Amino acid sequence: MTTDEQLLNYPFPGETALEPPAEWERLREQCPVAHVRLPSGDQATLLTKYDDVKRVLADPRFTRRLDAPDAARLSAEGDGVFSGEMTKIVPDTGEGHQHWRRLVAKWFTAKRMIALRPKMTEIAERLVDDMVAGGAPGDLRAALGFPLPVYVICDMLGVPAEDRDRFSHWSDALLNLTRYTKAETEASQLEFFQYMSEHVTAKRAEPGDDLLSELIAVGPPEEGGLSDLQIVVTGMGLLVAGHETTANMIGKMVAMLLSDRSRWERLLADPSLVRTAVEEALRLDANAGIGLPRYLREEIEVSGTTLPRGTTVICSMASANRDEGVFDAAAEMNMTRSPNPHLAFGSGIHSCLGQALARTELQVVLEVLLRKLPTLELAVPQEELRRVEGLAVGGLSELPVRW
Amino acid sequence: MSLRVSVDQTRCCGAGQCVLTVPEVFDQREEDGIVVLLEPAPAEELHRAVREAAAVCPTSTITVHED
Repeated sequence: MTTDEQLLNYPFPGETALEPPAEWERLREQCPVAHVRLPSGDQATLLTKYDDVKRVLADPRFTRRLDAPDAARLSAEGDGVFSGEMTKIVPDTGEGHQHWRRLVAKWFTAKRMIALRPKMTEIAERLVDDMVAGGAPGDLRAALGFPLPVYVICDMLGVPAEDRDRFSHWSDALLNLTRYTKAETEASQLEFFQYMSEHVTAKRAEPGDDLLSELIAVGPPEEGGLSDLQIVVTGMGLLVAGHETTANMIGKMVAMLLSDRSRWERLLADPSLVRTAVEEALRLDANAGIGLPRYLREEIEVSGTTLPRGTTVICSMASANRDEGVFDAAAEMNMTRSPNPHLAFGSGIHSCLGQALARTELQVVLEVLLRKLPTLELAVPQEELRRVEGLAVGGLSELPVRW
Repeated sequence: MSLRVSVDQTRCCGAGQCVLTVPEVFDQREEDGIVVLLEPAPAEELHRAVREAAAVCPTSTITVHED
């Protein structure tokens, strides 16, 4: 990399919704440590190779303090989920963070997710029935991909799923790059904060059988629990993280599998491939959003390039997941690939807390669709699928299907 | 061929991938999701899955010793 190299605008627009931007392969081969310009206009360093992304995500010197005064801003329209006030309330590192993570992690263990499976299956079946009752073509994103994870996370948090349209709007605002103005994102965050504060207050008065009530029951920080403010922010974070990314991934996974229908037919013939097919869809997600940002407090070398203190790094897990040096025939969808050490959920101690939940939801959706709608197919040519625009996470704006 | 497994609980972040992959060998503590090794010398038919669990662990918590 040289500093006089042309500054690329990031994120890169892909030609179609399911194909990766051509820049990823070129950068992995020629410029694995690249200069980019973010939607805010600020500059950052983009990492695209597997080894670099994996190492940086697991290295605590690459901090999550995107609120540092000289850190690059992702969006010009206000602070979001990566840099806003919320990010300062739960410790991002060290023992404080570990304590928070362990308090919350007990709710997301694999065993709990396995226990939730029958309920998830029931919800997914009902949503598919409703979609079918509405007649073909249907929008699988609106009918199934979006509501399923919302119902599940609302149930875990004890918040009413009827408020899901508001959560969805608040969540988009927190993940804003260019869709909303600064005034809109700030107003949304305030509303969301007030909503969750009132909810936590109500749970304190009348506890339920849910994650937030149990966090309250642990007691105040001096008794090993969290402060009310930390519980509110935890609730907001889990609500955003618990539905937006999975909702998008359900649509993208189904689109990937239907875009070459031999994949769907192979799964129909052998549903035992569901688990590895889900992992492969996660690996090949070409529309994952911007990746994960990190901020450097000290000078560090990556792939032979010295990154000065104050650098903001963007890790592109989606590009890393297509690194030919790690994955054989990396551009091909191989539904039996195993092991599949993709980085879709990050890497290291901050890797996604809800990954067992996301995996279980994706597996359940696929099992239910294969069983109930074996004739499922795209209702438009795949070139006509459109991306969600202007947010830090990627998805399809709708997924028209028939059966 | 013998295969032995060890885990470093201080590294674990509770992602649960190992439990989803080989529940016969790995579990998570109820109170905080940290890995628990159920079977340090798993049967041969589980070896492939154990190697997979080690390969996909996000914090390299699992070590497989083969000889």
